[in-house]
Formats: sequence, C-alpha cells, structure tokens
Amino acid sequence: MQSKMMVKIVIGSEAMFFLCLIVAYLSFWKSGNFQPQIADHLHVKLTGLFTLCLIASSFTFWRAEHNQKQGEQKSSVRWLIATIALGIIFLFGQGREYFNLIKENVTVNRNVFGSAFYTLTGFHGLHVLIGIVVLVIILLISGKEYFGILPVAVFKSVGMYWHFVDAVWIIVFTTIYLLPYLI
Amino acid sequence: MKAVVIDMPPHEVALAGRDRTLLHWLSTVDHKEIGILYLLSALLFFAIGGVEALLLRTQLAVPNNHFLSPEAYDQIFTMHGITMIFFVMMPALLGLTVYLIPLMIGANEMAFPRLNAFSFWITFFGGLLLYFSFAAGGAPDAGWFNYAPLNQLHYSYSHGIDFYGMGLLLAGVGSMTTAANLVVTVLTMRVKGMTLKKLPLFVWMALVNGFLIVAAIPCLNAALVMLLLDRLLQAHFFNTTSGGSALLWQHFFWLFGHPEVYILILPAFGIYSEVFQVFSQKKIFGYTLIAASTVTIALLSFGVWVHHMFAAGLGKTVNSFFAASSMLIGVPTGIKIFNWIGTMYGGRIRFTVSMMFAIAFLIEFTIGGLSGIAFSIVPIDLQLTDSYFVVAHLHYVLLGGSLFGLFSALFYWFPKISGRLLNEKLGRWFFWLFVAGFNLTFFLQHILGIVGMSRRVYTYAPIKWYTLLNLLSTAGAYLMAIASAILVYNIFKTLRTPRMENKDPWNAMTLEWYADSPPAERNFVDIPVVESRTPLWDIKNKQKNNSD
Repeated sequence: MQSKMMVKIVIGSEAMFFLCLIVAYLSFWKSGNFQPQIADHLHVKLTGLFTLCLIASSFTFWRAEHNQKQGEQKSSVRWLIATIALGIIFLFGQGREYFNLIKENVTVNRNVFGSAFYTLTGFHGLHVLIGIVVLVIILLISGKEYFGILPVAVFKSVGMYWHFVDAVWIIVFTTIYLLPYLI
Repeated sequence: MKAVVIDMPPHEVALAGRDRTLLHWLSTVDHKEIGILYLLSALLFFAIGGVEALLLRTQLAVPNNHFLSPEAYDQIFTMHGITMIFFVMMPALLGLTVYLIPLMIGANEMAFPRLNAFSFWITFFGGLLLYFSFAAGGAPDAGWFNYAPLNQLHYSYSHGIDFYGMGLLLAGVGSMTTAANLVVTVLTMRVKGMTLKKLPLFVWMALVNGFLIVAAIPCLNAALVMLLLDRLLQAHFFNTTSGGSALLWQHFFWLFGHPEVYILILPAFGIYSEVFQVFSQKKIFGYTLIAASTVTIALLSFGVWVHHMFAAGLGKTVNSFFAASSMLIGVPTGIKIFNWIGTMYGGRIRFTVSMMFAIAFLIEFTIGGLSGIAFSIVPIDLQLTDSYFVVAHLHYVLLGGSLFGLFSALFYWFPKISGRLLNEKLGRWFFWLFVAGFNLTFFLQHILGIVGMSRRVYTYAPIKWYTLLNLLSTAGAYLMAIASAILVYNIFKTLRTPRMENKDPWNAMTLEWYADSPPAERNFVDIPVVESRTPLWDIKNKQKNNSD
C-alpha cells in the first residue's frame, strides 16, 4: 500500500515536470515557426506505428499483472517479456527518428524547434528506458523461484509507472506530431 | 494498542556500534539520526551563509568601498541567497520534520528509511557541489533567481551557473524524496485513533508542505534542465538572440519560487502552533480554520507567481489578475495570526525563550506580511521592485517567520533530542541581541528602499541618508553574528551537562513527549489508542486518576 502511494506521488511530480516541458514547447510554436519544420522533418505515420507498440506494451503488462495475480507465473513472465520487447522496439523507433533528423541537420542547438523537440521527447525516452530497466529487474526476480512471488503491490506500482509513461507519450505525440493537423 | 512496528532484520554483528562511530552516522537509516544530520548540516551552511552576509554588509558599510570587488560581491550575494534558502532553511525544516513526524504520530520509523538517508546525503552533496564552484572558476553570480539572459553562456562564461544548475537539481531531488516519504508516512503510519482531524498541527503543516514540494520543485527542475541544455549544448530556450524567451525563465522560476516561500514558512507555522499551545497550556484556538487555511494557501500559492514580475511588462490585465490573487492569499495567513493570538488569550503563559521567539514572530512576520501586501498594489511595486524595500520584506518574512520558527523549535525540542534543557539565561541574551540586530539591519532597509537604493549594487555614492542607513544596517548584522555565537556556545555548553530525569519538561500534549528524551532506538513499545488532539494530556490524566 505504501509503495503504491509513493509511486503515485512520484508520478504526480513527474507529471508536473512534463507539463512544464510541454508548456515550453507550445510557447515557441508560433515564434519558432514549428509547423513547416514538422511537415518537413517528422515522420508522423511511422512514429504513430511505434506509438501503437508502446500502447500495446501497456496492454501486455496488464495481462502480465493479471496472470501474476492468478498465480500463473509462467504466463506472467511471457507477457512481461512481450512488454519489454515492445518497449525496446519503441525506443528503437525513437532512435531511428533521431538519426534521420540529425542527418537532416535538425539538432538540439540548431534552433528553438530542435531544442524543444529533443528535450521533450528525450526526457520521455529516458523515462521509457528507466521503465525498461525496472521491468527487466522484476522479470529476473519473477523468473527465479528463489525470490518467491513478487508482492502484488510492487507489480501494481511498476504497472502504474509504465502506464504513466505511456500516457505521457500519447500527450507528447499529440502535441508534437498531431497538432499541425488539429489546429 | 501497539505502535506501528518496523521489522528490522537481526544482525549477528552490528554494522557499526552504538558508540556513534563515523560509519554509524554515515550509514544510519534511523529517522532521528538523519534529522540530526540535517540540522548539523544546516548549522554548517548557516555559518557559511552568515559569513557571506557579513562580507556583504562590510562592503556596504561605507560608500565607494573596495573591500570586495564587484565580481566577488556578485558571487557572494548569489551564494548567500542560495545557501540560506536551499541549504539552511529547507534542510533544517525538513530535518526537524523528519525527526518529529514519526514520534508525533506514534510510529517507530518513516515509511522508507533508506530513501530518507538517500535524501539527506544527496542534498548535502548538492551543497558541496555548489560550493565547489568557488574552486572551479567562480561561484554563480547572477543572483539566486538567476535571470535570463544573464544566465546564458554568452554573459556568464564561468562555470558557476552550471554548478548552480547541478547543485540545485540534486538538492531538489533530495527535497522531493523527503516530501514524498513524509506524505506516505503521515497517511499510512498513524497510531490507532489518530484520524486526520486529530493530527497535531505540525503534522498537518508537514503533510500539506509535502504536497507543495512535490508539485513545485519539478518546475524548478524543468527550468534548470533547460538552462543546462542552453549552456552546455547550446540550446535556445532562454536565448533571446536566437528565438528563445528570457521571460520564460522568469515564469518557470517563479512558478516554483512562489510556492517555495510557502514551503519555507509552513513548517514554521506548524512549529508555532505547537509552541503557542504548550506555553499557554491551552489547546489551539480554531484548529479546523488553521488546517483549512493551510490547504487554501497551498492551492492559491500556484496562482500568484506573476507578482514577482509586475515590472516585466506583461500588461494591465495579467497584472490585475495576479494583484487580486496576491491580495487574496494574505487572508489565510492573517487568519492563522489571529488564531495564535486567540490561543494565548486566557492561557497560562510561560515566557520561555521558545515562546519569546514565537511572540516576536507575530510582530516581525506581520511587518513582513504588510510590506509584502504593499507589493501587491502594482503602482507601488513598480516603484519599489528591485530596491532595498524588497530585501527588507524578504528578510522580515524569512528570518522573522522561518528562522525564528527554527530558533523557537530549537529551544522547545532540544530536551527531546538531547535530554538536556538549553540554558535560558544565555537563550535570553541570544534572543534580545538577535532581535535587536535583526530589526536594526532590516527595518532601516525599508527606508533605504523608499529613498531609492537599488538592491544588488556592490557600492554606492555618498548620497544623503544612504551612508548612515547602510552603516547602521551593517552594525545590526554584526549584532546578529555575536548573538549566533552565543547560541552555538549555549548548545555546546548544554551538551556537556548531564542528562535530565524528566522526559517531559514543558507539560506538552503531543505524543513525541511520550517517548524518552532522547528517544530509544525504537521510539515506542506501546501507545494507548488516541482519543483526542491532546493525547499526552489524556495519558497523563489517566495515570493521575489511576494513582488516586
């Protein structure tokens, strides 16, 4: 119960942090002339596909948690591996996007768009990476009978963090990639 | 009913003995020892920040002085501000909170003891990292709020501001983890019968403060991260020549900065709530109003930040809104002042040094609050912003409010922490010298501000009144230094005296006094169910009735 409350509080503070980064991005939308740069350099459809992978990873984690509660360790471990795999695929997609952008000379120091884009997506990617590390740790613990069954609260707490990371990406993706189509 | 028990794994060989070796203190996860570490660290930085203040005032004692070069002056006033806020007041108040909260709620530990230790050490390391800047090319020198574009690499090319960013990021992480730890502790580890409506007010303030810290520090973190990206990777967030916005820094900083000042004062309000009750031997007047007004302050504190930016040119509509919200936020604090006065009324008042600081707070903080509310009137703000009137205001609320709270807490809880009473006679010398010095230094600065002296200037011409007021202001600073020396002497002298027998010298009503003075490693073995807001009085009455 305490670990769940702690994770909720940490998620609250991270939400404030991302809110500030999103506000910074939006404040430069007009003056930084973002729209044409997005149209020229960002791959909306491809990134949308990788977004679906991340959303799927939330689903697979939910299955893993469900199986763990029922006591089916083996299925739980398999769904957990799927979650990690999907998370890694998402990060690979981010890396690919970054690589293409740098090839086209869109860097963090080129202009305000570069600064705001890399900061917002970069901190999100960092949080995904941290999440993957934590998922690997609970995978290793779940896989070994020596450690026994992970407490349900710990699994739930990790799940809350992972779902939060997914939710932040949905907001960030909408703000960066979809905004030109919405306004 | 048993207190909440933490199962500690048995050690065949102790990691470090009970004889308080260095390893023991470096590795402790006991909330009481971590609280003491916080207080000692705050004392160290208080001495350093105080020396910085004396250097500043010495430079300003006479016109056209060259005791400090302008470059040195800029570094010292910047470090004075950062040190006092982030490495004295916040650690001291959070450390006191970490010490007292489990004791007050009948718990034996905080919710996450190792996280507690981590929080202290990362905060301390953040302070060391910040001070390393002196040896690495120069300390930060753009003021504690570090405005853009001065904070950009182009204008500040020493690494000082990089150390500012990194040191504060670390300290911020420390504060946030402590705050989260406190919130979970208060919400999940209270002894049976202690509902939220029966919480001691110090605990209420700590709970609300915890939420405030968790919500406000991330804004600072975001600003610092963007600043470091600007300086280290040539990003363009705050660089106006390349499309960035200097104003954005101000918005982010003050979005953090205004809740920060409430973070600094709420624990002090909690301290005063306890002190006024015990030294009037009377329950608090208007418990619900005090608790509710605190929640109101926390919520409103996110809606006033632009009052630090009235002169930034945001326009009449924006300024009017924030002027109104800033006037509004004075009301909940005013309610508390009347509640504390109401607590004293009809009580049996004991003028211990702790109580003297609490009564002095009522006067000094009100003066600070009045000068503050003057700023909410935009035309007045436009005249007085960035003058010594602001310096006067902020020191009246920070010293008269927070620091006096710490002094009051020190004299009140010293017997709990160490088992000895601080010497009252030395305490009274300390009180009167400090109050005299404090008012001498800062009251005159109201006048200095009104006659037009700008803040953050390293010297001034011999303009009429400037010389006399500055000289007297400096004299007050030296008085405060002498008073502080008396305090330190008092502490060391008292620690050499033998422990006292009485574990509850003040006839207090809250649970921390039920534990021994100082508490054993395990705070409580068992506590009766809590039935009211004054559980210790209930226990003592029951014991008296049983023995009759």
